[in-house]
Amino acid sequence: MPSEFVSTLNSSTLPPGEIQLQVENLQLNFGGVAALSNISLNIYQSEILAIIGPNGAGKTSLLNCISGLYHPQRGKITYFNGAAHETTHLQPHQIAKLGIARSFQNIELFKHMTVLDNLLSGCHIHMKSSLLASLIYWGAAQREHLQYRRFVEDIIDLLEIEAIRYQTVGSLSYGLQKRVELGRALAMKPALLLLDEPMAGMNSEEKEDMARFILDINEEHGVTTVLIEHDMGVVMDISDRIAVLNFGQKIGEGTPDEVGRQPAVIQAYLGEEQGSFPFIKTTSE
Amino acid sequence: MISGIFHTTYEQDMALRTSHAQKVRLVILVLFLLAFPFFANRYALTLANQIGIAVIGAIGLNILVGYTGQISLGQGGFMAIGAYTAGILTARMGVPWWASTLIACFATAGIGAIFGIPSLRLKGLYLAIATLAAQEIILWVVTHWKVVTGGVDALVVPNPELFGLRMNTDFNFYWLVWALVIVVTLATVNLFRTHYGRAFTAIRDQDIAASVMGVDLFKYKLLAFAISSFLVGLAGALTAHYRSIVTWERFTIDVSVLYLAMIIIGGLGRVTGSYLGAIFMTLLPVVLSNLGRALKGVFPIVEALIPFIQQAAFGLVIILFLVFEPEGLNKIWKNIKDYFRLWPFSY
Repeated sequence: MPSEFVSTLNSSTLPPGEIQLQVENLQLNFGGVAALSNISLNIYQSEILAIIGPNGAGKTSLLNCISGLYHPQRGKITYFNGAAHETTHLQPHQIAKLGIARSFQNIELFKHMTVLDNLLSGCHIHMKSSLLASLIYWGAAQREHLQYRRFVEDIIDLLEIEAIRYQTVGSLSYGLQKRVELGRALAMKPALLLLDEPMAGMNSEEKEDMARFILDINEEHGVTTVLIEHDMGVVMDISDRIAVLNFGQKIGEGTPDEVGRQPAVIQAYLGEEQGSFPFIKTTSE
Repeated sequence: MISGIFHTTYEQDMALRTSHAQKVRLVILVLFLLAFPFFANRYALTLANQIGIAVIGAIGLNILVGYTGQISLGQGGFMAIGAYTAGILTARMGVPWWASTLIACFATAGIGAIFGIPSLRLKGLYLAIATLAAQEIILWVVTHWKVVTGGVDALVVPNPELFGLRMNTDFNFYWLVWALVIVVTLATVNLFRTHYGRAFTAIRDQDIAASVMGVDLFKYKLLAFAISSFLVGLAGALTAHYRSIVTWERFTIDVSVLYLAMIIIGGLGRVTGSYLGAIFMTLLPVVLSNLGRALKGVFPIVEALIPFIQQAAFGLVIILFLVFEPEGLNKIWKNIKDYFRLWPFSY
């Protein structure tokens, strides 16, 4: 059995630090509402970039533009992996094939399938068996199935979900479902992983677990990770860089410390009154 | 997952039947199917053949509705395409019955895919209406395109022969239809362990997530319509050759509703459910009319009411299933198995 991708959850070919995704002057309107106005942002290979901002700031809209669920009116998104791909107007499944995976804010798992089938469905883009071979199954399709069955076992191992492998996803607790959703995105062997509030609604223990998994994926496998998160403690701790959105505009960008000192960011979070930024306080606790 | 069974290889883990009891049940079922025609009378054989055709049609519909979540009211129309394509090719052009059956399957698959195009934009009830349109359009064409279909007149199909054997006697047809049922079952079960099947189920459960996972919604929805229609066309073509006569009354909206009832009562998204539903819905009218005849001596009025009681019983059964066991006969069968697996320590 070729073991080329065992433990390689990452399909990126870029060296760390290179620009992997370039967002230029993105404009997204819903009728008269500008969900995103003139957003420019670079995402670099192997970093953890956190996108923060108040509710309705446009964080999820930005992620939806990158994964092709929304198509912006103006602007350009370029994705680099071997070659430059303009993804602005591609369909979600075409963008997925390029190696961009994501999870959702409200869990969007295939809830009647088992955990195992959910993970295998993440391998969809890599499975090549023809329809005829699939109908016959014994032979080529079975070999491919076996190969990916082994592969997802690595993800099960990484995310520590061995005990719930055969359970139907709908019957699992919220925290475990979030974990399975991360696993499904990982099964795509992503070059770029977009996580929309991976820790929302979790208790602190579950948050710690999730933070550990995200760090493992980033540090051991080098997967570039973009996450939207409201828990400032987590954001300050695990991210390399932070981008701050407010009312569809980018109002700050930089390392956690830099962002915490930017006046525009403080104003967005605390209002007019000047005060110490809550991020710093949380991390020092 | 059955407790007490531990897999040591991924092949075992991926196998369809893992426990001893499952294998024994399968062997018993196959032996029963092999022995049945030698003991059954003609009437029972006719019923078995009807059930076989219904199983193929129900599996086809289940692939679309149960597994992929695309509601279809076009079953009758698609069966009509299969039946008329096979019938016309054999009766008017002398194409051998097996070739016309195969062509009918592909023709139905193609037309099914065309009528599946609205599914990209429409979901749920709206799609149901779009497929209802397919049903009505197809039947309108069948009854009005007289030059080709013969309109409302019955189309007579010559008896199918294979190596000099007449295939549509009840005994011979039994082997043909149940061999096809087994092939269709294996192909369907296999399909749903590969990425095609998972893509279909993913579309049913969460289509946006499926597209972000790399599933081309348009391609896979059309493929689901095509594969489903292929099997429904096969059921239609088999009806034509078995009955030697094709009439449009056999493919009305009633048929679409009947097949939907089969898969709902049997169990959506389960191959076993298609079997159980097809058996149940084929035998229910038989049981009801026998019951009516038995009660004739006691309540003479019952016999006259049988047709109405049948209609009412159909509706009642569907409502009762939706209320008490939405997952259908398949779930009841599963509960029975679970009970006996733990028996007598089922607490």
